[in-house]
Amino acid sequence: MLTMGLDIGSRSTKCVILDDGQMLTYGTIETGSDSVKTAYAAVDAAVHRRIELWGEYRIELPDVRTDHLKIEDMACVIATGYGRAVVPFAHGTITEISCHARGAQWMVPGVASILDMGGQDCKAMRLGERGEVTNFVLNDKCAGGTGRFLEIIADGLKVPLLKIGELSKKSTKHIHFVAACAVHAKRETLAMMKQGESKADILAGLHESISGRVVSLVKRVGLADKFVITGGISKNVGMVAKIEEKLGGLKAHISAEPQIAGAVGAALFAFDRAKKKVT
Amino acid sequence: MNMAAVAGIDMGALFTKVVILDDDKTLAAVCLDIGDDFQTEAVQASNEALKQAGLKREDVKHVIATGAGNKQVRAALEERSIEERSIAICTAKGAAYFFPQARAVLDAGADSVTAMRLAADGSLEASAGHGKCASFTGLFLDYLGGMMRIPVNDMGAEAQKATDPQAVASRCAVFAVAEIISLIHRVPAIPVPDILAGIHEAMASGLHGVSQKVGMQSDVVLCGGVARNIDVVRRLEAKLGAPVLIPKDPQILGALGAALFAQQALARAARLLPEPLTGGGAKC
Repeated sequence: MLTMGLDIGSRSTKCVILDDGQMLTYGTIETGSDSVKTAYAAVDAAVHRRIELWGEYRIELPDVRTDHLKIEDMACVIATGYGRAVVPFAHGTITEISCHARGAQWMVPGVASILDMGGQDCKAMRLGERGEVTNFVLNDKCAGGTGRFLEIIADGLKVPLLKIGELSKKSTKHIHFVAACAVHAKRETLAMMKQGESKADILAGLHESISGRVVSLVKRVGLADKFVITGGISKNVGMVAKIEEKLGGLKAHISAEPQIAGAVGAALFAFDRAKKKVT
Repeated sequence: MNMAAVAGIDMGALFTKVVILDDDKTLAAVCLDIGDDFQTEAVQASNEALKQAGLKREDVKHVIATGAGNKQVRAALEERSIEERSIAICTAKGAAYFFPQARAVLDAGADSVTAMRLAADGSLEASAGHGKCASFTGLFLDYLGGMMRIPVNDMGAEAQKATDPQAVASRCAVFAVAEIISLIHRVPAIPVPDILAGIHEAMASGLHGVSQKVGMQSDVVLCGGVARNIDVVRRLEAKLGAPVLIPKDPQILGALGAALFAQQALARAARLLPEPLTGGGAKC
């Protein structure tokens, strides 16, 4: 039985197809201005196994053909994320909080605390023993601590986004950033460049400042030993190292494909529903 | 009474302001944004002010520095006798000088917003602020104007042409950009003045929120660079239900207040030391 989860995020859209709850294929594309077109394009990316945005597949996929699959072949489709309401072929929508929690559990069984650092928001979730969400906090009012923040800074420093984490780890000097605000941080960054500070040191200072912010979110919902970071920023090794340091050396579990947690969760919920219908 | 010249220097986040006073005459009022570090700007703005006043460095008998970069002035001008005062106290002083009836001051600067309540004698009674992020500040306007390719100084006049202001919900400048892009790309496109008016409405409600932290209503002085934006001013007045008082040069109140304090310090020192002062000025 095939089920689909579609996560229309603010920056990227992910589509996951499961076969009886097992990963069959997934794909990703950049979110466009038209969410309906974006939804169809993400399905196309999944069936043709394209994830151009992220380079290569990091989860091994079963060696079967998927390029003949159509939306009609799906027993159930669940949409999540910012654009979830406008997916014309979805059978239902579920909030990204629930989907992320479910997806994170699929990736790391027994997970208890989740930090999701996405393109335009950042959320922390606490799960109960049965995997139910018992508490969460969400920052979607401010770009501080989001992917967009890092994008702006990377842009200002002219360093590719995917390289900033690594570069920040080469820092030799501590620079303190006051700003939690992206607009202020951009100004501060430019001022520091002018003063001749190295890009590595500037990036380290910013990673320090952002990690402090997001760690406070995790602490608010309650920190547990089995801790997962999902979302695009979890690919940033510099940020993950800073967060771990601030959590007293607690090791964060990072999935091979941390951005698809929401879509995986949606596809699992779709599987639940489809099973109910059959029985 | 023939007093000596004194100066106030306000090192703001964007602009550096210098006022030179001699008795009750303003000899110079400079407002510069060179975009360089604090120290370079302090030197350049002071030189510019001295030139305007037709004075030499040693003619200025006392200097007080204020603003975000006030600690940098001493090193920049290599003058150890420079004192520092908080920007809120200086701004309140400057506002009371221009408008003796003022009971409150709202300073809408480049990177922070401060609301001040004044006592009957014009001194600072209470203050509250917002400075953690760029919302409601001059940088918010600068960031969005830059993205819409409209000079920040033209935004006010342009927005006054609005016929159907569009609400902008985001308070974060970064998210507001995404929101505005979606307004621009809407079919048919939303006219630019309507978008600007929406941005200004968001600014005005934010400023009003800060103003209410100290409970201001009427006789409010509005200063800082944002006071130059007529559309923000009109929208704020509508929310306060009263017109605001805006000085001719809304950006120099802090530097003026600092210069007034410098004058007081000098007068006090003159009473304590009858003989003429030499060198860098008084220490109180």
